[in-house]
Amino acid sequence: MNPHILFATAGRILRQLRHDRRTIALLVVVPIVLMAILYFMFDGQHERFDPLALTMLGIFPFIIMFLVTSIAMLRERTSGTLERLLTTPMGKLDLLFGYGLAFGLAATVQAGIACATAYWLLGLTTAGGAQLVVLIAVLNALLGVALGLLCSAFAQTEFQAVQFLPIVVIPQILLCGLFVAREAMAGWLHAVSSVMPLTWAVNGLTEVGLHAEATSALWRDVGIVAGCVVLALALASATLRRRTA
Amino acid sequence: MTSFKPPHQHSAAVVVENLTVQRGGKPVLNDLNFTIGAGSITGLLGPSGSGKTTLIRAIVGVQTIQSGSVTVLGHPAGAPPLRRLLGYVTQDPSVYLDLSVRENVRYFAALYGLGADAADAAIGDVGLAESADQLTGDLSGGQSSRVSLACAQVGKPTILVLDEPTVGQDPLLREELWTRFRAAADGGTTVIVSSHVMDEANRCDRLLLIRQGSLIADGSPAAILQEAGTTSMDQAFLNLVRRGAAAEATAASPAHRPPNPTPSADRTRR
Repeated sequence: MNPHILFATAGRILRQLRHDRRTIALLVVVPIVLMAILYFMFDGQHERFDPLALTMLGIFPFIIMFLVTSIAMLRERTSGTLERLLTTPMGKLDLLFGYGLAFGLAATVQAGIACATAYWLLGLTTAGGAQLVVLIAVLNALLGVALGLLCSAFAQTEFQAVQFLPIVVIPQILLCGLFVAREAMAGWLHAVSSVMPLTWAVNGLTEVGLHAEATSALWRDVGIVAGCVVLALALASATLRRRTA
Repeated sequence: MTSFKPPHQHSAAVVVENLTVQRGGKPVLNDLNFTIGAGSITGLLGPSGSGKTTLIRAIVGVQTIQSGSVTVLGHPAGAPPLRRLLGYVTQDPSVYLDLSVRENVRYFAALYGLGADAADAAIGDVGLAESADQLTGDLSGGQSSRVSLACAQVGKPTILVLDEPTVGQDPLLREELWTRFRAAADGGTTVIVSSHVMDEANRCDRLLLIRQGSLIADGSPAAILQEAGTTSMDQAFLNLVRRGAAAEATAASPAHRPPNPTPSADRTRR
């Protein structure tokens, strides 16, 4: 990895984003709107709104960054820029980490705005600090980026890339404990839920909601999600071939 | 490392030996052998689907090959040291349409460890200085392929590989591009250009004529015209194809001869 090339790549991806005003607007406005809907849905009852809002603060960045990254990387593959980049001094990790860095930064801004809305505007209260929520949200965004980079290798068109959302994202949302408590699930579903990274991210957010101090369970959850990010990036790197047929 | 090398290898920029490439079980390149000297313009000519792009991809090291070898500047194609020495212009302009011209070229400059000065110079070289701040996606097809060329030339490559760079360019720009390729070659750069426009062949020092994955002629434009007994490159290509087809037909046993009397010549006329 070459830091100069890594930062140039992250800068290039952010510049592409900057030219796309509509995407920026969507990245900023959508979480605010969704948080507001959630708030009015529960008619401002904080005992119901708070736990769900907390979970959603972690899930939104995951979904959005997964989509954005899988399409961006697919474009890189189909437009020929990837093939061309691989004939330059750029290493595979420079590109993958460049995406992680650029979209990680975008996700930090997005999570900051979403948390500010939830805490200041809608009166969300958690026992733990909001900075822990932002930390987990950004980690989830990176998980979305890493899985998006990986999945783009298995899609030939943007239509196909979008189809990975129901496969990769929705089962994780269904089984993360949001709809049915994990303890109440059938044994095999509980086992499936346990190997899904989003389960641990949601678990960590619940810890922030319940405890004023960062608990060891929280750090374990953060560690698991971070490990999954690294694993997905390693797999994505393996799918990035310099030579293709 | 041995101290002895045959003398001709010192000046060889590209050595292709027994190169065979298959795609989906079908042969795309059949046992190609040739050497390209440094500091010259070599044209890869042939109809669409003849294997030009596959050969170019093999030279830049992104093509999976079944057998044989491609050696570029003494290294296996695609080896890390080559990535600083080679500029590659793909057939479609592989640049970021959602970035300005300047942002595109500066990014590629940064990959070679170069700064904004080098990028601005490369933009000036392809005549896009006045459009530097325009979004690449807003440019015409010809302009965006010049952005692609600037991105390839910004690193001052020792070997410049271009896949159909003149497609979609008007005659004036084509003239300008060929002048630029000639200047690069005079400066010692090895230029490899593919084209299906036979008229452009006269601009090259040497031609490799490819048809259905095989070399059907190799030589200077003058030598090829003489061999084919004509003065137009289009006609030369047709003559050589027909001669090859006739030789094949004589070699094949009558039982295996296809029903169409002149299948190969028909195919090239399409």
